[in-house]
Amino acid sequence: MTRQMTGAQIVVQALKDQGVDTVFGYPGGAVLPIYDEIFKQNDIRHILVRHEQGATHAAEGYARSTGKPGVVLVTSGPGATNAVTGMTDALLDSIPMIVLTGQVPTFMIGTDAFQEADTVGITRPCTKHNWLVKDTDELGETIHKAFHVATSGRPGPVLIDIPKDVQFATGTYFGTEPTRPWNYNPQVKGDSDAIMDAVELIERAERPILYTGGGVINSGPEASRLLRDLAASTGFPVTSTLMGLGAYPASGKAWLGMLGMHGTYEANMAMHDCDVMICVGARFDDRITGRIDAFSPRSRKVHIDIDPSSVNKVIHVDVPIIGDVANVLSDILEAWRARGARTRAAEIEDWWTQISGWRAMKCLAYKPSPTVIKPQYALERLEALTKDHDRYVCTEVGQHQMWAAQFLHFDEPNRWMTSGGLGTMGYGVPASVGVQIAHPEALVINVAGEASWLMTMQEMLTAVQYGAPVKQFIMNNERLGMVRQWQQLLHGERYSQSWSEALPDFVKLAEAFGAKGAQVSDPADLDDAIAQMLAHDGPFILDCLVEKHENCFPMIPSGKAHNEMLLGEASTDGAIDTSGAVLV
Amino acid sequence: MNALALKKGASSKSAYNLRDPHAERVERHIIAVLVDNESGVLARVIGLFSGRGFNIDSLTVAEVDHLGHLSRITVVTSGTPEVIEQIKAQLGRLVPVVDVHDLTVEAPHVERELALVKVRGTGADRVEAMRMGEVFRAHIVDTTLESFVFEITGAPDKIDTFIELMRPLGLVNVARTGVAAITRGPGKLERERGHG
Ligand SMILES: Cc1ncc(C[n+]2csc(CCOP(=O)(O)OP(=O)(O)O)c2C)c(N)n1
Ligand SMILES: [Mg+2]
Repeated sequence: MTRQMTGAQIVVQALKDQGVDTVFGYPGGAVLPIYDEIFKQNDIRHILVRHEQGATHAAEGYARSTGKPGVVLVTSGPGATNAVTGMTDALLDSIPMIVLTGQVPTFMIGTDAFQEADTVGITRPCTKHNWLVKDTDELGETIHKAFHVATSGRPGPVLIDIPKDVQFATGTYFGTEPTRPWNYNPQVKGDSDAIMDAVELIERAERPILYTGGGVINSGPEASRLLRDLAASTGFPVTSTLMGLGAYPASGKAWLGMLGMHGTYEANMAMHDCDVMICVGARFDDRITGRIDAFSPRSRKVHIDIDPSSVNKVIHVDVPIIGDVANVLSDILEAWRARGARTRAAEIEDWWTQISGWRAMKCLAYKPSPTVIKPQYALERLEALTKDHDRYVCTEVGQHQMWAAQFLHFDEPNRWMTSGGLGTMGYGVPASVGVQIAHPEALVINVAGEASWLMTMQEMLTAVQYGAPVKQFIMNNERLGMVRQWQQLLHGERYSQSWSEALPDFVKLAEAFGAKGAQVSDPADLDDAIAQMLAHDGPFILDCLVEKHENCFPMIPSGKAHNEMLLGEASTDGAIDTSGAVLV
Repeated sequence: MNALALKKGASSKSAYNLRDPHAERVERHIIAVLVDNESGVLARVIGLFSGRGFNIDSLTVAEVDHLGHLSRITVVTSGTPEVIEQIKAQLGRLVPVVDVHDLTVEAPHVERELALVKVRGTGADRVEAMRMGEVFRAHIVDTTLESFVFEITGAPDKIDTFIELMRPLGLVNVARTGVAAITRGPGKLERERGHG
C-alpha cells in the first residue's frame, strides 16, 4: 500500500484517491512540479482560470452544485493572496473547498524570498483549518485529512501550503487511511432528550414555522427530502434563508418565500408572530433577524445545527440540537410518529388563515412599465422561460441578487449559487463557470449586476476556452444599485460614487471574448432576447437595460423588527432613523 | 440540555443589538484548552480571541504530554455569560483543539501564578522588602548589595498585593507567567486526556 513518490506525485495521487475529477487553478513558479504531474495524466481535469479569485469561486460553484468539495491549485505569494476572497466566501457560506498553494522552498521560508507570503498566517482566519507541510512523508496524509475536515461537520475551506522542495523530494505515500487518529469527528447525532423536547413543541404548536437554511443543503439530498416530509406531515409553513433556497420547493404548499431583510411580508410576519420556531440549519444571521431584541418575541425556539458555536450566538433558543440536519430530522420524525404524529390541526389551520391575510398584501407587487424593463419583470420572464430547463442559477451581489431570490423559484437543492455571508461582488461569473464545468449539459445562468459582473469578467475567457455555455444575464441599471438604494433611504439621496458613468459595450465585449452578446431595452423585446440567449450554443451575455432607480422591496430597514417592514416607495419616508444608519 | 442557562433575549454580539452592553454582567472564567501541539496552534487560539473581540486577561501554554503531542493552554478571560459560552464553543470548533474545560464552572480548582519581582533599595527599604517577602513566602532568587529578585507564587490577587507593597520600596520591574490552573482532588475532568 505504501509507495515512494515525489511530493508532486503524492499530490496528484491523493487527489485521485479522493475521487477528484476537476481542479480549478493557475500555475506559477512554486507549483510547477505539481503542474508537471498534472500534465502527465488524464484522470484529473485542470481548468485554467484567469484570476485565482475566479478559481475559488468556480470551485464554490462546483461544490455547491454537486455536493462534492471544490479543489483549487494556485502558486505562492500573489496566487495565494488572490485566493483569499474566495476562501473567506466559502468560510462564511460553509462550502467545502480544498486549496493547494505552492510555497517557497522550506530553506527559504522567512527570508522574504521571491513570491513568499505567510500563506498559513494570512489564511488562518479565512479557512476552517490550514497546514504548512514541511515533510514529504506527511503530505499525503495531510491532504486526506484536509478533505475530511473540509467535508465533515460544518463544511468549509481548508488550505495546504506546500513548499517547492517538498514537491520535488521523494517520500512515502500511505494511502487514504489515517496512520494516526485525526481527532476531528463532529457530532452528527442529536441528543435524544432534546429531540423529545422538539417533538413536544411540534405537538403543541399552534402557530409554528420551519425556518430553514443552507445547512439543509449542506447536509445532502436526504435532508431536503426529510424537510419536505416534515412539512407535509405536520402542515407547518416553511420559509428559508437566501442560502437555503430549493431545500423546500418554491412550488410546495407550505412555502412562504424567503425571509429576512428582503424576504416576503408573510415569511417575516410569520416569524414574528409564531409560537414555535424550528430553525433547521440556519444561524440567525443579522440579515434574517433584524432588530434582535424584537425578534420573534413570543416563540419557543428549536435550533438544529451541526456547529455548536452557532447555538445561542445571537438569539437564545430553548431547544438546541447539535447534529447533522438529516440525522436529526429523521430522529424527530421517527419519535413524533411513534407518539402518534399529533399536531394541533385546527389551530394550525387558523394560523394558515392569518398567513393568507399577510400573503394578500402581495408584497412583491411592483409597478409595471410599458416602456422600460422593470428588473422584477425581467426576472419574471426569465423564470417563465427557463423554469422547465435543467437549470442552475448563480448571482452576483446587489439588488439583482435579492430580486432573483424573490422572483426565481427553486424546487430542488443545489440549484442556487449565491454569495450570502460575505456578499462578494464578482462571485457569479466564475461560479457559473464552475457549475457549468460540473454540469456540461445543463442551463447555467448568472443573474448579474453590471458592476459586480465587471469584477471578475475575465472568467468569460475560461468559459470560452472550455466551451462552457454560461448565460450571463446582466441586469444593467448603470448603478451600484444596492448602494444607491441605501443612499436614497439612509443618506439623504446623496449618491456618492454609486453611478458607473463609464461602462463597456457589453455586446462588443462579448464578441471580444469570443462569445456572443445582445442588448435589450424594450420590454416588448425581452422574451425574444431571452430566447436568443437560450438558443445560442455557447457562452452568451445579455445586456438587459433595466429601470435605473428601482428599489428592492420589501425591506426590513436596519435596526427594525420583522413587523416593521417597508413594503414600497410610499412607506419609506423617515422610516430609517439615525440609529439604524450605523448598522450595515 | 439547558446547561447553558442563558437569559432570554439577545447577546451583545449582534449588529442589531440596541441594548446597553454595560447592563450585562461580566464574569471572569478560567478555561483550560487541550490542543494538539501542531505548529500555529497558539496563533489560532489567540487569533480567535482578537478576531472575535474576546478578552484575554492572561494566557499560559506549555506542552503537557510529549508522546501524545498535547499542549495545555490556560486562558483567563472575562465576558458576559453569553460571551463565555461563545468563547468555549468557538474554541471547541478549532480543528486541533482536543478538549475545552471551563474550570470556573466545572470543578473546584486551584489557580496559581508565578512572578519574578525585582526591587532595588538600601537601608530601611531593603530590610522592609525582605520582611514582606517572608510574609508572602517569596523566595529570593537573585541578590546584589542594592537589589533583590523575589520569586512569588500564588493566586493572582496575592501577587497583585505583593507588587503594590513593593512599589514604594523600590520596585524595578515584574515578570509574570499568567495563570495555570488544575482541578482539585484525584479525578480528571471528563474526557480529559494527557498528563493533566
Ligand atoms: C467586492 C465588493 N465590494 C463592494 C461591495 C458593496 N456593494 C454591495 S452591492 C453593491 C452594488 C452592486 O452593483 P451591481 O452589481 O450593479 O448590482 P445592483 O445592486 O445594481 O443590482 C456594492 C458596491 C460588495 N458587496 N462586494
Ligand atoms: Mg447595477
